[in-house]
This record gives sequence, structure tokens and C-alpha cells, in this order.
Amino acid sequence: MYDIPMIEEKALEVRKLTIEMIGRLGVGHIGGALSLSEIIASLYFGVMNIDPQDSKKADRDRLVLSKGHGGPALYAALALKGFIPMEELNTLNQPGTRLPSHCDMKLTNGIDMTTGSLGQGFSAALGMAAAAKIDKNPCYIYTIIGDGESQEGQIWEGALLGGSKRLDNVIAFVDYNKMQIDGYTEEVNGLEPLDKKWEAFNWHVQTVDGHDVEAILKAIEEAKKMKGKPSMIILNTIKGKGGYFCENLVTCHNMPIDEDTWKKAVDLLERGKA
Amino acid sequence: MIKEDRWLRETYVDLLMEYASKDERIAIVEADLARAAGTLRFQETFPERTVDVGVAEANMIGVAAGMSAMGKIPFTHTFTPFATRRVCDQVTLSVAYAGLNVKCVGSDPGVTAELNGGTHMSMEDVAIMRNIPGMIVFEPTDSEQLKKAFPQIMEHYGPVYIRLLRRNAVKIFDENCEFRLGKGIVLKEGRDVSIFASGIMTAEALEAAEILKEEGIDAEIINIHTIKPLDEELVIQSARKTGAVITAENGSIINGLGAAVAECLGENCPTVMKRVGVRDHFGEVGFTDYLQEKYGLKAKNIAEAAITVTGLKKTEVSR
Repeated sequence: MYDIPMIEEKALEVRKLTIEMIGRLGVGHIGGALSLSEIIASLYFGVMNIDPQDSKKADRDRLVLSKGHGGPALYAALALKGFIPMEELNTLNQPGTRLPSHCDMKLTNGIDMTTGSLGQGFSAALGMAAAAKIDKNPCYIYTIIGDGESQEGQIWEGALLGGSKRLDNVIAFVDYNKMQIDGYTEEVNGLEPLDKKWEAFNWHVQTVDGHDVEAILKAIEEAKKMKGKPSMIILNTIKGKGGYFCENLVTCHNMPIDEDTWKKAVDLLERGKA
Repeated sequence: MIKEDRWLRETYVDLLMEYASKDERIAIVEADLARAAGTLRFQETFPERTVDVGVAEANMIGVAAGMSAMGKIPFTHTFTPFATRRVCDQVTLSVAYAGLNVKCVGSDPGVTAELNGGTHMSMEDVAIMRNIPGMIVFEPTDSEQLKKAFPQIMEHYGPVYIRLLRRNAVKIFDENCEFRLGKGIVLKEGRDVSIFASGIMTAEALEAAEILKEEGIDAEIINIHTIKPLDEELVIQSARKTGAVITAENGSIINGLGAAVAECLGENCPTVMKRVGVRDHFGEVGFTDYLQEKYGLKAKNIAEAAITVTGLKKTEVSR
């Protein structure tokens, strides 16, 4: 059903572009962007009903990247898909750019919701789902939250609502890379058992390897079959995945990157060594 | 002056239902205060367009933002402190910064929270909402004005904060009243002092004009229903004519109506002025009348302030 090698190739492209974009700038939210490569590629090159030629079409699927600091990973996919020009990726965070650190629906073609203040995008995704139900719009609302973001109270206000209102057109993901700015998530303010929490809020919960495209796609198809419950797919991921200088590094949330480093990182990925 | 028979919230719900019946974009998002807002009858008629998120105000605003992103025009509602300070970041980012179209209704403004007391009494709601770029801050004075305002609020794409008195308003306007969002209304022309008033203080200002008349002071009374954007043209024009200004608001004088008028005059036409309003206090429990006495929100307070500024004006002239 899906061209998995192609999507894996796109994930690699997203990863390389993310490193290059942040590398050229010299600093950025590299860790939590790199853990998103496979989910973003799976959505944009696999499951989502979207059309760069008609980017506002009413029945399109939406993605709310509630962990808005993952913006660069999404910009890479939008460029590869044709929503924005490839060369625009070099403008990340430059004066007057349309590609700010955090997603901005007013600035960037293809961005469905402005995010950045954690917890808020998730609520907006639920509102989109509620509106889609009113309109009998067959679209799916995808949303990705962070694990650190899951400490926000608003996430659990939304969790309660999604389960209670049976918003089965929502398919949510948590990018569970187990790290946040101040350290390991379990040490800062632990989420475990995360799957049981979402189950208790009446969500259909699956847990997969967040870097396994085939497993992600299978889980999404499973989620689509689930009627009467929203879906949460917990993605076990590695923060900084694929960046030799940042992978699994607890300090990689937002870090400086020099030119030699990003070029070496991209080269290693191209040679399949990372 | 007479109070209206119906609560203002009933007019609000009448309007919601009237417009919802011809515009399917209208939806409501409540946070367990539909009963307080009177929107249960909306819910009965339009159940599919009602989302009650329960006691979760932050989520209410986020859900409304998402609905707006799908083309809806959601009206959110809770009491004024929760509609503003509790969800300040959500309204700022998910709604205003995101460029979405959510109408945020806050009910029981200022001292009219009455028996819910200090915890439910926002003195700072206008200040908070006024600071959000693109936010229109509107306080209907009575039901006729709300009726005139509603279609304009609907036509305007962008966030509007509606500071809604729930109970009976004093009747100020009739059905032929003129109304433009952002344009103040001269209720009485005068030569000696300009009194700019919003909400429940509009009736107090009209009563103050009677007191001032006995003192030989001819007051101009202007209703400022739209605190943002302020009708600067009218403020400047009236201040130039009278040379003395009073503002009257049911809330904090810090960054509210009085501050907005002071900013405008300070930059354009410095004028002696005094602000009648809550002077950096929290609220407390009590009936409106008691609280208006306590915080100096009565006609007599407006009149006293007006007498003072007209005196200052004379000093200015003689100097």
C-alpha cells in the first residue's frame, strides 16, 4: 500500500535538511526536530491527503505540530513536497523569514496551526476535529506532542475531551524521546506509565518504534480503523537521532552547531554511516 | 433611568441563535458555564454546534482556535477573570497571534460579579485584552446597543473580547440608535468637561451630568463601548472643546479605558483629566451597589472628579 523505501528515503532527506537548516544558522532545536524525521515523512509522503497545488482545500488532512519547536523538520517536508521552495529553507530564522523556529500558519504555506506555547496546539487539533465532525468533513487531524509537553495541564484537559467526545478523527502522536531541556523526562517529572494514562483517558493507544516507518504506517492504518475513540500512537524515539554530534545527548534540545559539524553530519548520513 | 426587563445575557443568546440560524459557521464553546451564560437554549437548538469542554478554560480557547482554523466562528464564554487572565496565553497565541477568528465573551465584568466575590471579580480584564495585538475590546452598554453591535462583530474577521454584563442593564439606547464598532457615542453635548464612560458607568455618568448641572457645569457625556480601538478622533475633539476630561469604568484604571484616553490625550492633546475606576484593588464579595460605593464608582464620584478637573482647568487658564 505504501512505498516504504521511498518514505524512508524522504525521512533521510528530512533529517539531512533539518541538520543543514539549523547548521547553516548555527543554532537551533536540533534534538526534538531530528526525532521527528520518520513520523513527518510517514505523514507527508504516506498517509496525508494533501495537495501542494491546492494547499487550503477543505477536505485535506491537517497536521498540528503541537511541539512547535520541531518546525524545521516540518519545513523540510513541506519543501520536499512542494509547498515552499527548497531554497527558502536557508532563510530559517533570518530577518523577515517565513520560517520561524516555531510553526506559524500565517507565514508558512502548508502549516495548519500556529504553535510554540506548549500544550496549545493539541487543543486546537481537537477543535479542528470537532469542527470536522460538525461539517461531516472526512479529513483526519494529526497532531504531534512532545513528551516534555505532556507535562502541560492543557494536554490532559484535551485528553479528557478527546476521549469523552469520541473524536475518532484525531490521530495523535507523542514524540517520546525521553528527554527535555532540564534532563531526562522521568527525572524531571515522569510520565510513566504513559500508555496507561492515555488508555485511562479513553484513547486507543499503540506504542511503536518512532524511527520505523513501516511500523508507524501500520499503526496509523490501525488507528483509522478505530471508531468511537481518538488514537494516541506513542513513538519511542531517540532525541537527536541521526546527528553524530547530538544523538541521545541530553543537552541537544537547543544547541550551537558549527559548519564543520553539520557538514560532517550530513556527509555521514549520505554515506549511510550515521 | 430605568433598568431593562430582560437580562443582557438573554439578548446575547437571542442574537447568537438568530444569527446561527442563518450562518452555519457560528458555534459556541463553553467551559461549564453555559447555564450562567444562558446558552443552554442554544445548545438545545444547535447541539451539533455546541462544545462544552467542562471546567477547562485553556482547552476551551484552544478548541475554539482549532474550530476557527476550520472556518467556524466560535463564541467562547466564561466569567471575565477566567476569560482573560486565566487564558491570557491561549488567547494571545492560539487565537490572536495565529490570526484566528474567535469571539471571547467574558461575563460579569468588574463589580457585577457580586456574590461570587473577589476570586471572580476581574478588575484587570480590559487591561489584559487591550494589550493583545488585533484584539477588539467591546463592552455593550445595553441590549439595543448589543443588537446593533452583533452583526458588526460577526462581519469583523478577528478576535473580539465582549465584556458582557449578564444582568439587567440600564436602558440608554433605543432601537434607532446609531452604532459603529470603534466609534464613541455622544449622549449629551457639553462645554465644560468631557466624561468618557463605558458599561455600567455610562448610566452613572449621565446621572453625574445632572449633579454637575446644579453646580453650573455643563458636561459632555460620551459612551465609549469600544475600548480598543479607541475612538481617538472623538476623544481629541471633545477634549479640545471642553479642556477637561473624566473617564469612568467598572474596572481598574490601570491600562483600562482611563489609561487608553490618557495615552491618546498625552500624545495628541494634553488635557487635565481624572480617572474614575478601581484604584489598584482586588474585588470583594457584595452587591453591585455596595461595591460601587466602596470603589468610588457612583455618579457622585464622577461629579466630584469633574468639579476638580474643571477647577484645575481654570488654574491652568489663569496661569
